[in-house]
Amino acid sequence: MSFFQNARKLLQQNIREYGMYIALFVIMAIFTVTTKGTFISSRNIVNLVNQTGYIAVLAIGMTLVIVIRHIDLSVGFLGGFLGAVVAIAMVQWHLPVFPAILLTLALGVLAGVIIAFLVAQMKIPAFVATLAGWLIYRGAILVVTESTGTIVIPDETFNAIGNGFIPDLPEMGILPGVHKLTLIIGLIAIVLLIISEINSRKKKQAYNFEVLPMEMFIIKLVFTSALIGGITWLLAGYQGLSWTAVVVLVVAIIYHFITTQTVLGRHIYAVGGNPEAAELSGINVKKITYIVFGSMGMLAALSGILFASRLQSATTTAGGLWELDAIAAAFIGGVSPAGGIGKVAGSIIGALVMLSLTSGMNLMGIGISYQYMARGAVLAAAVIFDVATRNRAH
Amino acid sequence: MSNPILEMKNITKEFPGVKALNNVSFQVKEHEIHCLVGENGAGKSTLMKVLSGVYPHGEYTGEIVFDGKVQSFRGISDSEKTGVAIIYQELALVPEMTVYENIFLGHEIKNGSIIDWNETIKRAGEMLKKVKLNVNLAEKVRDLGVGKRQLVEIAKALSKDVKLLILDEPTAALNEDDSENLLDLLRDLKNHGVTCVLISHKLKEVIKIADTVTVLRDGQTICTLDAQKGEVSETALIKHMVGREINNIYPKRETRKVGEVILNVENWNAYDPNLGRSILKDVNFHVNKGEIVGLAGLMGSGRTELALSIFGNPAGYYISGELSMLGSKKRFKHPEDAINAGVAYVTEDRKGNGLILIQDVKQNITLANLKEIATRSIVNDNAEVKVANEYKSSLNIKTPSVEQKVSNLSGGNQQKVSVGKWLFVKPSLLILDEPTRGIDVGAKYEIYTIMTKLVEQGLSIIMISSELPEILGMSDRVYVVSAGKIAGELAIRDATQEKIMQLATNY
Repeated sequence: MSFFQNARKLLQQNIREYGMYIALFVIMAIFTVTTKGTFISSRNIVNLVNQTGYIAVLAIGMTLVIVIRHIDLSVGFLGGFLGAVVAIAMVQWHLPVFPAILLTLALGVLAGVIIAFLVAQMKIPAFVATLAGWLIYRGAILVVTESTGTIVIPDETFNAIGNGFIPDLPEMGILPGVHKLTLIIGLIAIVLLIISEINSRKKKQAYNFEVLPMEMFIIKLVFTSALIGGITWLLAGYQGLSWTAVVVLVVAIIYHFITTQTVLGRHIYAVGGNPEAAELSGINVKKITYIVFGSMGMLAALSGILFASRLQSATTTAGGLWELDAIAAAFIGGVSPAGGIGKVAGSIIGALVMLSLTSGMNLMGIGISYQYMARGAVLAAAVIFDVATRNRAH
Repeated sequence: MSNPILEMKNITKEFPGVKALNNVSFQVKEHEIHCLVGENGAGKSTLMKVLSGVYPHGEYTGEIVFDGKVQSFRGISDSEKTGVAIIYQELALVPEMTVYENIFLGHEIKNGSIIDWNETIKRAGEMLKKVKLNVNLAEKVRDLGVGKRQLVEIAKALSKDVKLLILDEPTAALNEDDSENLLDLLRDLKNHGVTCVLISHKLKEVIKIADTVTVLRDGQTICTLDAQKGEVSETALIKHMVGREINNIYPKRETRKVGEVILNVENWNAYDPNLGRSILKDVNFHVNKGEIVGLAGLMGSGRTELALSIFGNPAGYYISGELSMLGSKKRFKHPEDAINAGVAYVTEDRKGNGLILIQDVKQNITLANLKEIATRSIVNDNAEVKVANEYKSSLNIKTPSVEQKVSNLSGGNQQKVSVGKWLFVKPSLLILDEPTRGIDVGAKYEIYTIMTKLVEQGLSIIMISSELPEILGMSDRVYVVSAGKIAGELAIRDATQEKIMQLATNY
């Protein structure tokens, strides 16, 4: 088979998967042109990543919730409420930063488990159970911030999560103005990626399975390496990798690994694909429901922490509409509303698409009213694309 | 000779990579019952979808002449307008609506733009009389049994002035009585001028009712047989369907070595809190190593419930009684416990609670025993493909690759995937619930052969089946279940169809 035939086959087979990346690339390219390069500047990209953080972690959790055929509307205000809790824990109870964060994450898990109890044990539809949660947490934010109003967080360590950057290596006279530790991390990531891809290829060959033709394999490696390299270079050009980016990356890698490589991940997708069949296959559907909602609650807490840290305070309005942004990000990222289908990586791309639109249109000076319409149109287009390519695959 | 009401000429329909129909011709005469038979995947359903417009004009080549005119249907509503109605296996009624609402759903009787409920109820009553169904019109379809729902579907079709009624395996889910009723009704409709096309796997029923039979195989018309000329017989049909003669479809077993008791169930009672009544009463039975135990009985007698109550009780019945495996007492709280103890259950409803249709063959095969191919909870994808390929070849699963989605496979091959999935848990007791329902003769034979091999290797099988010949052909011992009780146990040499039916209907 010739080179171009190979390339076409690869693209056709994976059009759905590559579609989102292409969409993100196109959106970024358009904004780069319309803002005369400001959009793609190091500073803006770093900001964009930091702004995406709290929605991205929610979208990761929401992906799994939708995969097992449920929904969670409560996570926005839960995140906002727990952001206030972490602030109170530090400011009023004088807890140190890390115990305060751990306490908040634990409370998030608890909140998720309560929802799971209602959904799995009491058989209440998730939409209703989490709508109740939405109302309750909204009230809860108002209660805890009633006396003080906005709670300002003075702790620098905590505020660094949303505003700080990883430290750099000492200045050695090479590459001045570039964040060298970020570059090194990027390089390590590229090397690890190449090693793991080569390993997986070798294992497949050992089993005599079909692998990509060599030239395609190399192109794929070069392309992904260039992508990581490019992003690293952009980030390193400003202040380097932010702590928010580190948190999101770690969460994304863990969840990507769990969903694609582990027995737990398989069980989650099986429950989403056909809950009755999963139950009869020895999978405890209730247990999976608890795990997925528990993880969602924990990520809602993390989301609240990221947001409070970025604002250096807990506000009375935190959490409004976060859940809908997260749900939109998941759907743009290819999660199927019918359950059983959806990827963590896709949802993060979805979150980036949403936030790129906001950021790009802000830079262009487009009013908020048109921004909502544009984001709605992109959501609709993404889902139409998804449905159209899915039908063609049959 | 009456005129043809329908002629489909040189129909060819291709899917990516497959020619589902290859130059098929199909002719139905007016006022006859025409049976369409063939193995699964032979193209029967595809042909009917072409006819009804599910695959619109232009997506196939060839010509459809119906009622003397060349037709080019663009959708089901087009074909319905000209008088073609299809009743599918999966019924298309709205469970929460009443019988009369369902009958006129989609072609409501209107006064201006307001539904005329009085006229609707009156006309619905007339329709029910035509199909000889005696139920309250205001009853919700949810509360009717499968047999009655089928009749409501037919009433719905009749209310649209149907000229050609197509039934896709209407008796697959019916018991003997309901099937018999349905066949009577079809004869009656024929006398009243309705032409019927019947797709069926049940050859006995085809022989009983058909005026003409068309056999499809591998997307081609093999032959059309005329019943009046005595061309329709079981051997002839099987020969044409599979392209070879199957003299004895139940394979001979080399050895019958029956070993120690593997499963023993005593004083087993179950109460279903959802139905609010007890469903199993004082059940006692046992299974030995290396034997096939048949569980016969009518549909709804409690056979599936018995199997599920043993298999970790996923439906949440309240259970009392004792269960032991190889002499040690067990209590399974979840299917997981049963699987770990070596029990596997292949469901009767492979699409509903057996397979995950949106996932591929390999994921379905490994699902119930992922730990076998995982180290420290991390799944080895390559080992998975290898395992799946082993079952693909040993069970002869016809699929281009194990990465194919299960929804794209034919019924027989889906059933093999289901069996493969449960063999991979390496069970010592395999429960097969209606293992050959809705699959064709060739695939049935393959399933029987697999069962035979398994018991020769020392596995024990409980086979639940509504088909008496299958029970008699495969079992070593038969229990007959009736109204939640074991009505009797028969050694295979004493068992006859009559004896089993007598026990099964003996409440």
